[in-house]
Amino acid sequence: MTTVSKRQRRKAPLPLTPYIFVAPYLVFLLAFGVLPAAYALIISFFKTTSASGDVFVGLGNYIRVLNDYRMWPSVVNVATFLVLWLPAMLIGVTLLALLLHARPGRFSSAMRLIYYLPGAVSGAAAVLLWLFMLDPNVSPFAVFLKARGFTTLSDALSGPNLAVAIAIMAFTAGAGSWIVVLYGALTSIPSEVLEAATVDGCTPVQLALNIKLPMVSRNLVFMIILSFAGGFQLLIEPQLVNQITQGSVNSKTWSINQIAYSYAFDLSNFGAAAAISTCLLLVSLMVALWIIYKTDFYRVDS
Amino acid sequence: MRHIVKRTPYSRFFPAITTGNLVRIGLLLSFAFFFLVPLLWFLAAPTKTDAQLTFGQAISFGSWQRLEQTWTNLLSYNNGQILVWARNSAVYVLSGLFLSLAVCIPAGYALAISNFPGRRMILILTLITMILPSSATVLPLFLGMNSLKLLNTMIGVILPSGFFPFGVYLSFIYFATSVPRDLLNAARIEGCNEFQVFQYMALPLAAPTAALVAFFSFVGNWNNFYTPYVLLTNDNLYNLPVGLAALISSSGALNGSAAGSALPINRPEVALAGLLVVLPIALVFLFSQRYLQTGLLAGAEKG
Repeated sequence: MTTVSKRQRRKAPLPLTPYIFVAPYLVFLLAFGVLPAAYALIISFFKTTSASGDVFVGLGNYIRVLNDYRMWPSVVNVATFLVLWLPAMLIGVTLLALLLHARPGRFSSAMRLIYYLPGAVSGAAAVLLWLFMLDPNVSPFAVFLKARGFTTLSDALSGPNLAVAIAIMAFTAGAGSWIVVLYGALTSIPSEVLEAATVDGCTPVQLALNIKLPMVSRNLVFMIILSFAGGFQLLIEPQLVNQITQGSVNSKTWSINQIAYSYAFDLSNFGAAAAISTCLLLVSLMVALWIIYKTDFYRVDS
Repeated sequence: MRHIVKRTPYSRFFPAITTGNLVRIGLLLSFAFFFLVPLLWFLAAPTKTDAQLTFGQAISFGSWQRLEQTWTNLLSYNNGQILVWARNSAVYVLSGLFLSLAVCIPAGYALAISNFPGRRMILILTLITMILPSSATVLPLFLGMNSLKLLNTMIGVILPSGFFPFGVYLSFIYFATSVPRDLLNAARIEGCNEFQVFQYMALPLAAPTAALVAFFSFVGNWNNFYTPYVLLTNDNLYNLPVGLAALISSSGALNGSAAGSALPINRPEVALAGLLVVLPIALVFLFSQRYLQTGLLAGAEKG
């Protein structure tokens, strides 16, 4: 017995070993996560001038970008997108996962695959596909588009319609994998719980809303917060819409992040671009901290 | 008792035709229609001519000859540049896969099994950086790569893909919840040192989480648009998504201006290029659906 306990005392890993295991990750975390973020924060307070190099301008860059005439419209655009997309994700994913789980079987798993597959079409390909789907000349949904009075692709993407279009792209590309996640969480609910509720006279609808939903609500919170962070920093989709249509749909500075992009790569004003990045980062950070607070993420049973 | 059992949602019997069931099936099918129609259209588009796309039945098969013609037209773009992009994509994805596995699995393991100073900090930073999309850090990345003279190089695109906090998170969750601590202790009692414990006990057990990390790394890097878009100006180094955007915008295929362009790149060719981008992911999705569901579940439990 004594030898065993002696050995057990020795088993506590050498203080150095865990660091060796995390070292490569730490290098990448610093090089591509922490340092770029810190660097962005620093240069957001500087302005590069041809006469005297980098000059400290305090909050000058922040004031400049917040007063940029393109800023407010882009905030409205992103807000419109989020207001459309987040509830669609929340309601759509919950509804479909609960409906699928109400009666597992062949039909349910076939439907699950169908919802999941469009997730393969994302990024550039998703923008391409949905530009086809929204073009009244070629779209299989032409009936609906014409009913809304659209005769060209530009009509379907003009003004606030672009927010709707991007919300549809993001929904079809993203809903499926979250449905799979939520369905997985639903199947992990102990069957005794569900049977007990059924024996007590729960209807399938009551079962879904009062028993299943509360038990998977954490996954939904997680989904909404991750989606918020992604949607808030929207850049690729409007950028691609602009590029692919050769500017005939003018969405070059449609989102907040695109304005940062334009400052950096069109005007070479890195300070102003970094100021926008920092603002986006701060909002995302608050959301991230909120998640940590809400979900007790880093607790480990050791 | 028996009738109660039959009414549970787990009954495999054919559903009774009730209003509730009809509503359920109706809703599920209409969403399936919404998700499936674009995919079917996408698959059929390269088999048709541009005119057929406009005037024909929206969802219909053209002909195999036409598909061949579309493929030939697509290859004529910059002497088959699409194949260069496909090769680049393969290089980026495989290197990214290797890098992220080599980095994520040991890190997740150490974070899960030992409590060392700084661990909590690393976990918090992991969660934060996981939530920050790459766009927030891309400008400093661009400047950093510029000062290291790595702009317009493959290495410059590959290196950032080794930073994959979500993979560390997945690996961490797996080792924290699914690998019995007693098993590792047993190996230590047998005289294994920490590296041997990792190599002979943890690593063989890590197959499920490695597959999951590989899946997400593959999907993420295959679809990666932003990093190559910002870091590359040489179009021979593009990956497929960035190449696709360049192909579409330079041919004007979606702008109705293709008529004025000498390129034989029209909507069917563009759709075929899009399908090339999607196909590998779709195949991975098809084969991994059942497996992923159980794997994601392990991650979702804690989330």
